[in-house]
Amino acid sequence: MTLPALGWQGLVVLVVFGVSLLIATYSTYAERVIAAFLQDRVGPDRAGPFGLLQPLADAVKLFTKEEFFPAGANRALFVFGPCLAMTTALMSSAVIPFGNVLQFGETVVHLQGIEINVGMLYVFGMVSLGVYGIMIGGWASNNKFSLLGAIRAASQNISYEIAMGLALIAVLMISQTLSLREITIQQASAAPFVWQDIFNWNVMKQPLGFIIFIVCAFAETNRTPFDLPECETELIGGYHTEYSSMKMGLYLFAEYINVFVASAVMSVLYFGGFNFPFQYDLRSWLVSSQGLELVTAQNIITILGLVGLFAKIFGFIFFFMWVRWTLPRFRYDQLMRLGWTILIPLAIFNIMLTGGLITFGVIK
Amino acid sequence: MSPLFLFLSFVALLSALGVILAKNPVHSVLFLILTFFTLSGHYLLLNAQFLAAVNIIVYAGAIMVLFLFVIMFLNLNEETEPHKPTLAKVAAAIAGGSLLLILVAAMRNINPAGYDPATFDSQIGMVDRLGLVLFQQYALPFELASVLLLAAMVGAVMLGKRETGERNF
Repeated sequence: MTLPALGWQGLVVLVVFGVSLLIATYSTYAERVIAAFLQDRVGPDRAGPFGLLQPLADAVKLFTKEEFFPAGANRALFVFGPCLAMTTALMSSAVIPFGNVLQFGETVVHLQGIEINVGMLYVFGMVSLGVYGIMIGGWASNNKFSLLGAIRAASQNISYEIAMGLALIAVLMISQTLSLREITIQQASAAPFVWQDIFNWNVMKQPLGFIIFIVCAFAETNRTPFDLPECETELIGGYHTEYSSMKMGLYLFAEYINVFVASAVMSVLYFGGFNFPFQYDLRSWLVSSQGLELVTAQNIITILGLVGLFAKIFGFIFFFMWVRWTLPRFRYDQLMRLGWTILIPLAIFNIMLTGGLITFGVIK
Repeated sequence: MSPLFLFLSFVALLSALGVILAKNPVHSVLFLILTFFTLSGHYLLLNAQFLAAVNIIVYAGAIMVLFLFVIMFLNLNEETEPHKPTLAKVAAAIAGGSLLLILVAAMRNINPAGYDPATFDSQIGMVDRLGLVLFQQYALPFELASVLLLAAMVGAVMLGKRETGERNF
């Protein structure tokens, strides 16, 4: 690989990093706007037009607040916790294929941070590491409520990881590959009808698996109705009770990045990633009627696909927030019962069903 | 030896020493997690992507979370740490030392063959190649290992099962 190509790929990595942060920033704004909409309030409208500068105001507030260390806290780990939460959250977006290939003359740019053979396992591994930030922060605070939040986070993540992994296995049985780019490309279809195209998305072959996955995604990102680690009615603030200023901000930020990554993973695994209906028809139309070169037409399709993927991601982020302001929080034993006695057997059943359907040639 | 290998080995040894020398059990667990990461780095250098990812998921992502969970639950601190009798310490040192001796003896005559760039198979260690070997050549050991895991699972369910009339919370 020549250096310019590497330079382009490095730029893609930087852009993915920046976009993750930007989306997390504006998720905090979107959360309030959606909450206001669902509760029939006005919402943030003071800072800038439509309150668009609200995240900036929040950041200034968090950065200038007093940095507080509780007595008896393990200072090193108290600082390390939020850093770890942020790092693991940001690392998972590296392998997500945000778009197909852009080609400018000799230069080929893949709109993906890094392409690895085991992309699905990489995301799964990073998700499973995400709990350390919460556990370490909660333990280092030297506070009973923080510790309880940390312990809840650990057991909740371990429990829902199992069902999530089993749901992923069913996707793997269909796709026969762990590479997220391959899985996306398989969901494309050259068929001329929109219905055919949508039928090629994994959600059509894995409806049960998708439901299991999205429930587990809520639990893994600690979002309502499964935000037991920070349940304020029982635990004050859970693992971040003792946190203030930007360390607190990093925890909240990491949660929004996790929501973004979970939305992106669901879009890629189940909703066709950067594919959109009629994409091949549009490309051949651009080539035949508009007289564009195939490369240019493909670039246009790639950019439209990028926009389409982000539309899917924003749809899922909206769903996360919609659920947060609609459903009440589960009780802890209900959460455990749902995970172990409903989701895991369902996921195993889903694997057997998928195996049967593949054996009898219903889906492939 | 590449600088990356030397760096990873250095961090691996340092963090492994940290596991046994740290006074605080939570620090020990964190050092152990760092050790697993460096081991995964070594797997990647050996072209074993799948093994590296699974090592992170299973050891760093699941088993160490449970370790940390138990340590936090028991609230082990330096003050409450039980002091083992000297005899146990001596016995542990002898046992560990003889294990080290065996490992060194086993490694002594190893002569790495190196590889030929012309015939080197770049797909070795990738997940599909690993699956073929695992399900064809080593199918029986693989299935036996799954029986072992099943036995452990049944045992755990038996121990954790609620007796009739008993309430756990």
